[in-house]
Amino acid sequence: MTVFAFTFYLFAITTVVGGLFTVVSRNPVHSVLWLILAFLSSAGLFVTLGAEFVAMLLIIVYVGAVAVLFLFVVMMLDVDFAELKAEMTKYMPLALLIGVVIIMQLALALGVWGFSDGYEARIAAPAGDVSNTAALGLLIYDKYIMLFQLAGLILLVAMIGAIVLTLRHRVDIKRQNVLAQMYRDPAKAMELRDVKPGQGL
Amino acid sequence: MVSADIQIVMPEILLAVYAMLALLGAVYTTKDAMAPLLTWLTAGVFVLLAVWIGMTGQGTHAAFDGMFVDDGFARFSKVTILLSAAAVLLMSEGYMQRRGLLRFEYPVLVALAVVGMMVMVSAGDLMALYMGLELQSLALYVVASLRRDSIKSTEAGLKYFVLGALSSGLLLYGASLTYGFAGTTLFSGIIEATENEPSLGLLFGLVFLISGFAFKVSAAPFHMWTPDVYEGSPTPVTAFFATAPKVAAMALFARVVHDAFGGIVGEWQQIVAFLSVVSMFLGAIAAIGQKDIKRLMAYSSIAHMGFALMGLAAGTAFGVQAMLIYMAIYVTMNVGTFAFILGMERDGRPVTNIESLRMYSKRQPLRALAMLVLLFSLAGVPPMVGFFGKFYVLRAAYDGGLGWLAVAGVIASVIGAFYYLRLVYYMYFGEEVDALDGKMAPVLWAFLMGSALIMVVGVVNLFGIEPLAAAAAATLVN
Repeated sequence: MTVFAFTFYLFAITTVVGGLFTVVSRNPVHSVLWLILAFLSSAGLFVTLGAEFVAMLLIIVYVGAVAVLFLFVVMMLDVDFAELKAEMTKYMPLALLIGVVIIMQLALALGVWGFSDGYEARIAAPAGDVSNTAALGLLIYDKYIMLFQLAGLILLVAMIGAIVLTLRHRVDIKRQNVLAQMYRDPAKAMELRDVKPGQGL
Repeated sequence: MVSADIQIVMPEILLAVYAMLALLGAVYTTKDAMAPLLTWLTAGVFVLLAVWIGMTGQGTHAAFDGMFVDDGFARFSKVTILLSAAAVLLMSEGYMQRRGLLRFEYPVLVALAVVGMMVMVSAGDLMALYMGLELQSLALYVVASLRRDSIKSTEAGLKYFVLGALSSGLLLYGASLTYGFAGTTLFSGIIEATENEPSLGLLFGLVFLISGFAFKVSAAPFHMWTPDVYEGSPTPVTAFFATAPKVAAMALFARVVHDAFGGIVGEWQQIVAFLSVVSMFLGAIAAIGQKDIKRLMAYSSIAHMGFALMGLAAGTAFGVQAMLIYMAIYVTMNVGTFAFILGMERDGRPVTNIESLRMYSKRQPLRALAMLVLLFSLAGVPPMVGFFGKFYVLRAAYDGGLGWLAVAGVIASVIGAFYYLRLVYYMYFGEEVDALDGKMAPVLWAFLMGSALIMVVGVVNLFGIEPLAAAAAATLVN
């Protein structure tokens, strides 16, 4: 077994195990930790493919931001996962049965794996001698610019949706009005009184 | 090169820019007070774009290396989508305003959903397809739960979201299998891959893709979400769901099976025919027990999708033409029917129980007559336009060698006529209980009467839609 194959199997098995334990862990915090392991090992898989930029992105974005966000959410939200799981176990036998049937059917399809004729001509040509980042830039901002912009629109819709569905303007609380604060005039805000001794206001 | 590409996607760009400007404009000014104006303005922009696309579009162009295709088929679908979305927006304004639901994000989200639909019908690549589909679906999930204080509306949105995500998963899995076996995501490449003896994996991909589309067009057995979402969403949103997204999803379905898998018609024909039969019968039979008119319309739309799929199952250019005509007629009928449903209220509260229609004709003879025409048309009773839609798809199925499917369609149509005629029976016979209010907004009245009039007058030549649909279908199937 070459070193490459060894590395591949190491990372691949770790990814699958990490994914499995993410689902079956009883403690949600453990689930997130297993998820981080799965992310890290898939980053390793990307490195073996020569896509080091994507690997680093995976670590920075998913492990650094998303997984930490998950941790925050599971720690702050008081969701009784055990109860949810108990509900799930009722359906488990049926779900397992269906899963096994689908796997067997797919195995039939994948067992006779073969590309369609002439796929060599259709798959993208190797990018030549450009670095990862440059190749990604060429794809995202040139060839797939329309898809990139559409993805931006989708995120905009997600943002509008989150605001529409959750933002509530409560009228019974006092809000800070920044402009009113800044435009406050000393003449209006302050009143100078000359208090005579012994008289008061 | 790029400027030519941009020229081709100009309508989509303009609509997206308009949506963003409208959003900014409303956020920085009077917010929800702008909503009625924005709703009318958005409808106006839709109509202008439809006229522009319909008048100036010529020939077939591909942009961005074939990822985006502008041909007669796409233009026909886009005009239908834009006009129906405009009609629904105009109808929703008054209804939502009175119930405090009209927020300025509503027209913006509808505009963005329409951008997604326009990309869907023009997609020439699996990735562009998915982007358009997701843009449309995400905006629809939000508007489904627009009435966020109502449990039913939030439930509808959540259900739609979860099941929509599931269907997107199926679709993406199919797309990944297709990509893996064909070596490309471009439709023009996939059709090359199917030329000699497609590999089994490619067929698996096709099946998963079709399952995903069946979810989006709400064809049985992937229809479970439809009645709940239709019932829970605010009625104008239901009207929107029943029109433009259905056209977009159906057009997308036709584009993928013909543009990408047009070489292996025999492989997908049986799946589409199966979906068609099951949808027609399920829609016809399950609607019989419904007391809520919105749920009833949901089952009606499932049955209608079955008929439209029948045209697609024929696998011929005439089949696609029949499907396009059917969808255009279906949308027109639904706009009128939902105008009527939006006008059903008692003491200012919307009523959706069909019992409330009893003896409606005595109080509102003209409106009852218009509704009667629409219901006959929905059922496919001969003198109305709806009959011609059914006639075209039945003929397409028969010509395509699917005689059994045509026979099944006739039987399902007879079963389905029962519940449409029951509504007519309620309106004209029986005893009056809890009468509805007599008021109806002028806009709704105009749409109801206009749609009913089209159903009668259109018999002459279907407003010349037939050659247009034929030309559109010819650009897709060749």
